[in-house]
Amino acid sequence: MAQPDVLSQAFELGFTYTRSTGPVVGRFLTGLRDRRIFGIRASDGRVIVPPMEYDPATAEALDEFVEVGQQGEIVSWCWVKQPRASHPMDTAFAWAMIRLDGADVPMIHCVTAAAEEDLATGARVQVVWAAETRGYITDIRCFELIGE
Amino acid sequence: MSEDTEAVTRIETPVYLQYNFTAGRAPARFLERIRQGVLTGQRCPRCANVYIPPRGSCPACGVPTEEEVVLPDKATVQSFTVVAIPIPNNPIKPPFVIANLVLDGANISFIHLMSECENSEVHIGQRVQAVWKPEAEWTYAMDNIRYFKPIDEPDVPVDRIGRLPIGGWEDEQ
Repeated sequence: MAQPDVLSQAFELGFTYTRSTGPVVGRFLTGLRDRRIFGIRASDGRVIVPPMEYDPATAEALDEFVEVGQQGEIVSWCWVKQPRASHPMDTAFAWAMIRLDGADVPMIHCVTAAAEEDLATGARVQVVWAAETRGYITDIRCFELIGE
Repeated sequence: MSEDTEAVTRIETPVYLQYNFTAGRAPARFLERIRQGVLTGQRCPRCANVYIPPRGSCPACGVPTEEEVVLPDKATVQSFTVVAIPIPNNPIKPPFVIANLVLDGANISFIHLMSECENSEVHIGQRVQAVWKPEAEWTYAMDNIRYFKPIDEPDVPVDRIGRLPIGGWEDEQ
Protein backbone atom coordinates (compact mmCIF):
# COMPACT_ATOMS: atom_id res chain seq x y z
CA MET A 1 0.00 0.00 0.00
CA ALA A 2 1.43 3.31 -1.09
CA GLN A 3 1.98 5.91 1.59
CA PRO A 4 -0.77 8.49 1.10
CA ASP A 5 -0.14 12.21 0.90
CA VAL A 6 -0.19 14.12 4.15
CA LEU A 7 -3.67 15.61 4.29
CA SER A 8 -4.17 18.68 6.41
CA GLN A 9 -6.97 21.21 6.65
CA ALA A 10 -7.90 24.16 8.81
CA PHE A 11 -11.33 24.20 10.38
CA GLU A 12 -13.15 26.26 12.95
CA LEU A 13 -15.39 24.98 15.70
CA GLY A 14 -17.78 27.66 16.92
CA PHE A 15 -20.03 27.79 19.97
CA THR A 16 -22.44 30.67 19.41
CA TYR A 17 -23.46 31.21 23.01
CA THR A 18 -25.80 33.90 24.27
CA ARG A 19 -25.63 34.36 28.03
CA SER A 20 -28.26 35.65 30.39
CA THR A 21 -26.66 38.36 32.47
CA GLY A 22 -28.86 38.22 35.54
CA PRO A 23 -30.05 41.44 37.21
CA VAL A 24 -26.74 42.55 38.74
CA VAL A 25 -24.35 42.04 35.84
CA GLY A 26 -27.14 43.24 33.57
CA ARG A 27 -27.28 46.50 35.52
CA PHE A 28 -23.49 46.83 35.26
CA LEU A 29 -23.58 46.29 31.48
CA THR A 30 -26.55 48.62 31.07
CA GLY A 31 -24.46 51.21 32.92
CA LEU A 32 -21.55 50.69 30.53
CA ARG A 33 -23.88 51.24 27.60
CA ASP A 34 -24.76 54.59 29.19
CA ARG A 35 -21.03 55.25 29.82
CA ARG A 36 -21.38 54.91 33.57
CA ILE A 37 -19.72 52.38 35.88
CA PHE A 38 -21.62 50.78 38.75
CA GLY A 39 -20.34 48.72 41.63
CA ILE A 40 -22.25 47.16 44.50
CA ARG A 41 -21.88 47.61 48.28
CA ALA A 42 -21.00 44.50 50.23
CA SER A 43 -22.01 43.74 53.85
CA ASP A 44 -18.68 45.06 55.15
CA GLY A 45 -19.20 48.39 53.35
CA ARG A 46 -16.74 47.76 50.53
CA VAL A 47 -17.74 48.72 47.00
CA ILE A 48 -17.10 45.88 44.57
CA VAL A 49 -16.63 46.52 40.83
CA PRO A 50 -17.80 44.77 38.71
CA PRO A 51 -20.76 44.14 41.02
CA MET A 52 -21.40 40.65 42.45
CA GLU A 53 -24.83 39.15 42.98
CA TYR A 54 -24.03 37.76 46.42
CA ASP A 55 -21.97 38.96 49.35
CA PRO A 56 -18.54 37.30 49.40
CA ALA A 57 -18.65 36.93 53.21
CA THR A 58 -22.30 36.28 54.09
CA ALA A 59 -23.67 35.05 50.74
CA GLU A 60 -26.62 37.44 51.15
CA ALA A 61 -28.07 38.84 47.93
CA LEU A 62 -26.72 42.34 47.24
CA ASP A 63 -28.68 45.20 45.72
CA GLU A 64 -27.12 48.53 46.74
CA PHE A 65 -25.58 49.79 43.51
CA VAL A 66 -22.95 52.53 43.78
CA GLU A 67 -21.68 54.54 40.86
CA VAL A 68 -17.90 54.78 40.87
CA GLY A 69 -15.49 57.13 39.14
CA GLN A 70 -14.11 56.85 35.63
CA GLN A 71 -10.59 57.38 36.88
CA GLY A 72 -8.53 55.16 39.12
CA GLU A 73 -5.10 53.80 39.84
CA ILE A 74 -3.11 50.84 38.65
CA VAL A 75 -2.72 48.26 41.40
CA SER A 76 -0.72 45.81 39.33
CA TRP A 77 -0.05 45.29 35.65
CA CYS A 78 1.54 43.11 33.00
CA TRP A 79 2.90 44.37 29.68
CA VAL A 80 1.89 42.45 26.56
CA LYS A 81 4.61 43.03 23.97
CA GLN A 82 3.07 40.99 21.18
CA PRO A 83 -0.74 40.99 21.26
CA ARG A 84 -2.54 37.98 19.84
CA ALA A 85 -5.55 38.02 17.57
CA SER A 86 -7.97 37.61 20.47
CA HIS A 87 -6.50 40.47 22.51
CA PRO A 88 -8.42 43.75 22.71
CA MET A 89 -5.59 45.81 21.17
CA ASP A 90 -3.40 45.21 18.16
CA THR A 91 -0.38 47.04 19.51
CA ALA A 92 1.54 46.46 22.75
CA PHE A 93 -0.60 47.15 25.82
CA ALA A 94 -0.92 46.22 29.48
CA TRP A 95 -3.37 44.06 31.35
CA ALA A 96 -3.90 45.85 34.64
CA MET A 97 -5.78 45.60 37.89
CA ILE A 98 -7.34 49.05 38.21
CA ARG A 99 -8.97 50.39 41.39
CA LEU A 100 -11.51 52.97 40.31
CA ASP A 101 -12.15 56.00 42.50
CA GLY A 102 -14.92 55.06 44.95
CA ALA A 103 -14.26 51.32 44.59
CA ASP A 104 -12.51 49.14 47.15
CA VAL A 105 -11.42 46.31 44.89
CA PRO A 106 -9.60 46.50 41.56
CA MET A 107 -10.98 45.17 38.30
CA ILE A 108 -9.03 43.90 35.35
CA HIS A 109 -8.95 45.77 32.06
CA CYS A 110 -6.42 46.85 29.48
CA VAL A 111 -4.29 49.99 29.52
CA THR A 112 -2.87 51.69 26.48
CA ALA A 113 0.54 53.32 26.74
CA ALA A 114 3.30 54.28 24.35
CA ALA A 115 5.86 52.17 26.17
CA GLU A 116 6.21 49.80 29.09
CA GLU A 117 8.35 52.40 30.88
CA ASP A 118 5.35 54.74 31.08
CA LEU A 119 3.50 52.38 33.39
CA ALA A 120 3.85 52.09 37.13
CA THR A 121 1.98 50.73 40.09
CA GLY A 122 -0.02 53.64 41.46
CA ALA A 123 -0.20 55.43 38.08
CA ARG A 124 -3.49 57.25 37.47
CA VAL A 125 -5.65 56.15 34.56
CA GLN A 126 -9.02 57.05 33.06
CA VAL A 127 -11.61 55.28 30.95
CA VAL A 128 -11.56 55.53 27.16
CA TRP A 129 -15.06 54.66 25.95
CA ALA A 130 -15.71 52.79 22.72
CA ALA A 131 -17.11 54.88 19.87
CA GLU A 132 -20.31 52.83 20.13
CA THR A 133 -21.42 51.32 23.43
CA ARG A 134 -23.57 48.16 23.34
CA GLY A 135 -23.69 46.77 26.87
CA TYR A 136 -20.46 44.77 26.82
CA ILE A 137 -17.30 45.02 28.93
CA THR A 138 -15.59 46.15 25.70
CA ASP A 139 -17.69 49.35 25.88
CA ILE A 140 -14.67 50.39 27.93
CA ARG A 141 -12.26 50.35 25.03
CA CYS A 142 -9.30 50.64 27.41
CA PHE A 143 -7.83 52.86 30.10
CA GLU A 144 -5.24 55.53 29.37
CA LEU A 145 -2.70 57.25 31.57
CA ILE A 146 -3.76 60.65 32.90
CA GLY A 147 -1.53 63.63 32.18
CA GLU A 148 0.43 62.13 29.33
CA MET B 1 -23.94 56.63 22.94
CA SER B 2 -26.59 54.05 22.25
CA GLU B 3 -30.24 55.05 21.96
CA ASP B 4 -31.32 51.85 23.72
CA THR B 5 -33.30 52.26 26.91
CA GLU B 6 -34.08 48.61 27.67
CA ALA B 7 -31.92 47.05 30.38
CA VAL B 8 -29.27 44.63 29.17
CA THR B 9 -30.33 41.06 29.97
CA ARG B 10 -28.29 39.00 27.51
CA ILE B 11 -24.93 39.18 25.82
CA GLU B 12 -23.53 37.23 22.92
CA THR B 13 -20.38 35.41 23.94
CA PRO B 14 -19.35 33.13 21.09
CA VAL B 15 -16.29 30.93 21.36
CA TYR B 16 -14.41 29.97 18.21
CA LEU B 17 -11.74 27.30 18.24
CA GLN B 18 -9.38 27.19 15.28
CA TYR B 19 -7.94 23.79 14.49
CA ASN B 20 -5.60 22.45 11.90
CA PHE B 21 -6.60 18.83 11.35
CA THR B 22 -3.95 16.51 9.97
CA ALA B 23 -5.25 13.12 8.96
CA GLY B 24 -3.23 10.21 10.33
CA ARG B 25 -2.23 7.27 8.16
CA ALA B 26 -5.55 5.40 8.31
CA PRO B 27 -7.83 8.44 7.80
CA ALA B 28 -5.53 9.70 5.02
CA ARG B 29 -5.81 6.34 3.25
CA PHE B 30 -9.62 6.47 3.65
CA LEU B 31 -9.72 9.99 2.17
CA GLU B 32 -7.40 9.04 -0.68
CA ARG B 33 -9.72 6.16 -1.59
CA ILE B 34 -12.95 8.15 -1.25
CA ARG B 35 -11.46 10.63 -3.68
CA GLN B 36 -11.68 7.74 -6.13
CA GLY B 37 -15.24 6.99 -5.09
CA VAL B 38 -14.34 3.91 -3.02
CA LEU B 39 -15.39 3.40 0.61
CA THR B 40 -12.54 1.70 2.48
CA GLY B 41 -12.63 0.54 6.07
CA GLN B 42 -10.27 -1.50 8.22
CA ARG B 43 -10.85 -4.84 9.97
CA CYS B 44 -9.60 -5.56 13.49
CA PRO B 45 -7.32 -8.64 13.47
CA ARG B 46 -8.65 -9.70 16.87
CA CYS B 47 -12.43 -9.08 17.02
CA ALA B 48 -12.94 -8.82 13.21
CA ASN B 49 -15.04 -5.65 13.54
CA VAL B 50 -14.84 -3.39 10.48
CA TYR B 51 -14.46 0.34 11.06
CA ILE B 52 -15.16 3.14 8.61
CA PRO B 53 -13.80 5.76 8.59
CA PRO B 54 -10.81 3.86 10.01
CA ARG B 55 -8.69 5.34 12.79
CA GLY B 56 -5.85 2.83 12.53
CA SER B 57 -6.69 0.89 15.66
CA CYS B 58 -9.55 -1.04 17.20
CA PRO B 59 -11.20 0.95 20.01
CA ALA B 60 -12.39 -2.28 21.66
CA CYS B 61 -9.20 -4.40 21.43
CA GLY B 62 -6.60 -1.62 21.35
CA VAL B 63 -4.66 -3.28 18.54
CA PRO B 64 -3.59 -1.76 15.20
CA THR B 65 -5.92 -2.33 12.25
CA GLU B 66 -4.23 -2.78 8.88
CA GLU B 67 -6.39 -5.02 6.73
CA GLU B 68 -8.38 -2.90 4.30
CA VAL B 69 -11.95 -3.74 3.45
CA VAL B 70 -13.77 -2.18 0.51
CA LEU B 71 -17.39 -1.63 1.43
CA PRO B 72 -20.49 -1.05 -0.70
CA ASP B 73 -22.41 2.23 -0.54
CA LYS B 74 -25.58 0.70 0.88
CA ALA B 75 -26.31 1.28 4.56
CA THR B 76 -28.90 0.93 7.32
CA VAL B 77 -30.31 3.71 9.50
CA GLN B 78 -29.15 3.08 13.06
CA SER B 79 -30.58 6.31 14.45
CA PHE B 80 -31.55 9.70 13.10
CA THR B 81 -32.75 13.16 13.98
CA VAL B 82 -34.84 15.68 12.09
CA VAL B 83 -33.08 19.02 12.40
CA ALA B 84 -35.68 21.77 12.64
CA ILE B 85 -33.62 24.79 13.61
CA PRO B 86 -30.94 26.41 11.46
CA ILE B 87 -27.33 25.77 12.44
CA PRO B 88 -25.06 28.82 12.08
CA ASN B 89 -22.89 28.67 8.95
CA ASN B 90 -24.65 25.54 7.73
CA PRO B 91 -25.94 26.10 4.18
CA ILE B 92 -28.58 23.36 4.44
CA LYS B 93 -32.05 24.70 5.17
CA PRO B 94 -34.08 22.87 7.82
CA PRO B 95 -35.96 20.66 8.23
CA PHE B 96 -33.46 18.01 7.17
CA VAL B 97 -32.48 14.55 8.40
CA ILE B 98 -29.12 13.64 9.92
CA ALA B 99 -28.63 9.94 10.49
CA ASN B 100 -26.19 7.48 11.99
CA LEU B 101 -25.70 5.02 9.14
CA VAL B 102 -23.93 1.65 9.14
CA LEU B 103 -22.60 0.46 5.79
CA ASP B 104 -23.13 -3.16 4.87
CA GLY B 105 -20.10 -5.07 6.15
CA ALA B 106 -19.24 -2.39 8.73
CA ASN B 107 -19.72 -2.57 12.48
CA ILE B 108 -19.72 1.12 13.28
CA SER B 109 -21.87 4.01 12.12
CA PHE B 110 -20.97 7.40 10.72
CA ILE B 111 -23.10 10.51 10.43
CA HIS B 112 -24.46 11.68 7.10
CA LEU B 113 -27.42 13.43 5.52
CA MET B 114 -30.55 11.75 4.25
CA SER B 115 -32.59 13.19 1.40
CA GLU B 116 -35.10 12.18 -1.32
CA CYS B 117 -37.22 10.93 1.58
CA GLU B 118 -40.26 11.95 3.57
CA ASN B 119 -38.72 13.18 6.82
CA SER B 120 -41.68 11.83 8.77
CA GLU B 121 -41.18 8.34 7.30
CA VAL B 122 -37.49 7.94 8.15
CA HIS B 123 -37.07 5.11 10.66
CA ILE B 124 -34.51 2.91 12.36
CA GLY B 125 -33.64 -0.12 10.24
CA GLN B 126 -34.45 1.68 6.98
CA ARG B 127 -32.26 0.75 4.01
CA VAL B 128 -30.45 3.56 2.19
CA GLN B 129 -27.88 4.06 -0.53
CA ALA B 130 -25.36 6.82 -1.27
CA VAL B 131 -26.08 9.48 -3.88
CA TRP B 132 -22.67 10.60 -5.10
CA LYS B 133 -21.63 13.93 -6.51
CA PRO B 134 -20.46 13.92 -10.15
CA GLU B 135 -17.02 12.31 -10.37
CA ALA B 136 -15.45 15.58 -11.52
CA GLU B 137 -16.24 17.08 -8.09
CA TRP B 138 -14.72 14.27 -6.01
CA THR B 139 -12.12 15.33 -3.50
CA TYR B 140 -10.64 14.10 -0.20
CA ALA B 141 -13.97 14.34 1.59
CA MET B 142 -16.97 12.39 2.81
CA ASP B 143 -18.98 15.12 1.03
CA ASN B 144 -18.30 13.23 -2.20
CA ILE B 145 -21.46 11.49 -1.10
CA ARG B 146 -24.12 14.17 -1.36
CA TYR B 147 -26.57 12.27 0.83
CA PHE B 148 -28.17 8.86 1.32
CA LYS B 149 -31.62 8.05 -0.05
CA PRO B 150 -34.04 5.27 0.86
CA ILE B 151 -34.01 2.13 -1.30
CA ASP B 152 -36.70 -0.47 -1.79
CA GLU B 153 -35.44 -3.19 0.54
CA PRO B 154 -37.06 -4.63 3.66
CA ASP B 155 -36.15 -3.07 7.00
CA VAL B 156 -33.31 -4.56 9.03
CA PRO B 157 -34.34 -5.76 12.51
CA VAL B 158 -32.72 -3.72 15.27
CA ASP B 159 -30.55 -6.61 16.48
CA ARG B 160 -29.04 -7.03 12.97
CA ILE B 161 -28.16 -3.36 12.42
CA GLY B 162 -24.38 -3.04 12.27
CA ARG B 163 -23.98 -6.79 11.79
CA LEU B 164 -24.77 -7.25 8.10
CA PRO B 165 -22.32 -8.97 5.70
CA ILE B 166 -20.64 -7.01 2.91
CA GLY B 167 -23.13 -8.62 0.51
CA GLY B 168 -25.88 -6.68 2.27
CA TRP B 169 -29.27 -7.40 3.69
CA GLU B 170 -30.72 -9.26 0.73
CA ASP B 171 -27.69 -11.56 0.80
CA GLU B 172 -28.29 -12.33 4.46
CA GLN B 173 -31.96 -13.03 3.88
